[in-house]
Amino acid sequence: MSKLKKSIRKNITSYSFLSGYLLFFIAFIVIPVIAGIALSFTYFNSIQPPEFIGITNYINIFTKDREFMQYIIPNTIKFATFVGVGGYALSFILAWILAQLPRVPRTILAIIIYIPSTTSGVVMSVIWKTIFSGDSYGYVNSILLKLGLIQEPIQFLTSPKYLMNIMIIVGIWGSMGIGFLAMLAGLLNIDEQLYEAAAIDGIRSRLQEIFYITIPSMKPQMLFGGVMAVVNTFNASSIGVQLSGENPTPRYSGQLIVTHIEDFGFIRYEMGYAAALSVVLLLFVYWLSKLAFRLFLEKD
Amino acid sequence: MASYSKTKMNPTGFSRNQIKLYIILLPVVLFMMLPIVYIITTAFKPIDEMFLFPPRFWVQNPTLSNFKKLFDVGSNEIPVSRYVFNSIVVTVAVMFFSILISSMAGFALSKMKFAGKKFWFEVNQLALMFVPASVAIPKYLVVEKLGLIDTIWAHIFTLLAIPVGLFLVKQFIDQIPDSLIEAAYIDGAGDFLIYRKIILPIIRPALATVAILAFQTVWNGTETSSFYINNEELKTLAFYMNSLSSSSGNTIAGQGIAAAASLIMFVPNVIIFIICQSKVLNTVAYSGIK
Repeated sequence: MSKLKKSIRKNITSYSFLSGYLLFFIAFIVIPVIAGIALSFTYFNSIQPPEFIGITNYINIFTKDREFMQYIIPNTIKFATFVGVGGYALSFILAWILAQLPRVPRTILAIIIYIPSTTSGVVMSVIWKTIFSGDSYGYVNSILLKLGLIQEPIQFLTSPKYLMNIMIIVGIWGSMGIGFLAMLAGLLNIDEQLYEAAAIDGIRSRLQEIFYITIPSMKPQMLFGGVMAVVNTFNASSIGVQLSGENPTPRYSGQLIVTHIEDFGFIRYEMGYAAALSVVLLLFVYWLSKLAFRLFLEKD
Repeated sequence: MASYSKTKMNPTGFSRNQIKLYIILLPVVLFMMLPIVYIITTAFKPIDEMFLFPPRFWVQNPTLSNFKKLFDVGSNEIPVSRYVFNSIVVTVAVMFFSILISSMAGFALSKMKFAGKKFWFEVNQLALMFVPASVAIPKYLVVEKLGLIDTIWAHIFTLLAIPVGLFLVKQFIDQIPDSLIEAAYIDGAGDFLIYRKIILPIIRPALATVAILAFQTVWNGTETSSFYINNEELKTLAFYMNSLSSSSGNTIAGQGIAAAASLIMFVPNVIIFIICQSKVLNTVAYSGIK
């Protein structure tokens, strides 16, 4: 058999193994992303065919969409900082503490910490709606009433003052997912001798140990956890709508990019504009993940 | 710090310095656990306990009445069992096929040499950062063009490709020494035989992880039902529970029913994870992005 024939045959077998995944990956992830980018340059109301309008949508996002600049951007930054960065740091700290416990208690506690992240939006909102319910039967309200801290029940979920903070609490509660597990596994796989060598080489405190030994030894898991934290933060961002039951959320207090997209796409049927917002979101997520890559990627 | 002693990871037994670790963890674990415990007690509360003021955390006389009411509500038009059936069919199908396609693709991406290998791996790695909600509209258009609206396939096909799943499987297969596979080739084994007899048995932990990821997306997901399915008979349990809890969850009596519904949705998640947790931890140890 000639070399060329052999290499063609090799390619055919490889692609036949790959084809099943590629088929669904291209149809339901790659094409929608490309179509979304194309739609973002059009005016499209889902009834008439899309009409090309150049970069008007993008100009409108930054010049005409008052809510976007005034509420969506600050809200998204606040939510991403607390839930994404805060949740990520917390996952690491918890994993670090858990790694210092024996196997059985470690496994039980890891399961308890991980479980909230498996709850879907449905379950999550039911749970927290009952806890923060706006009447005196709501659990938090009844405790505050009993302690005499408040005279009347607080409308937690419809009040612009509280909604964002509750979203952050719920977001962090549900953020210890697969990234947390990866960091735990990474911590457990660090070679014990590294710590011994470090102690001899003059490491003086736990903090030095974490920054000079622990984190550098598990960079790949730290990176995976970071990317997962970014993605989960944006996937979790419709909890504001689920908790308050309204889109837009009361006075835009809990409105984030994702719910803003749903507002334009499925409520106002301005799908071209919603697509442009999606592209902005994807670029933002991409940029954040790149940041994580720059922090942790090993340069050979 | 005056006295520094190196951190002891993965100890074999209890020692006194672990006490402070447990003390630090206690509030965190309570915060993670209490909402779940609360939903369990609420689901079993009889109606008169729901109206107690101040509300009690624990249930006094547990009852199944919330569950009974939940199933009665459904019997008006379509029995709840129909939604359960749909959810099981769709979930099992997605778990099976996503395991199949990601293990085959993972084998190719890790151990075979072909044109475009690096490209596809990088595209998939890029897709790890993909936020599904951002392309809901173009995805709907694709589903519509393919004629999948109002078919059971809309639930299954749209969720089969799981970039994180393929990524984890590929990283896991990377750990299998090439010599093992080369030896099999020399013995005359073909690609498919090697995939079935060598790769599949070794990567079971990674496949358990893919199964969990698939299960969580499909079992909990409401998007496919609300976007692609108009026929009530083809919708899934998650969608039904969601509409039920958003319509009845706002009244105090409805909270018990909503809690019962959440519990039914939630328990399978926990059971599956507890069964697979050691395999999952084994897989994510190789999750590093290099």
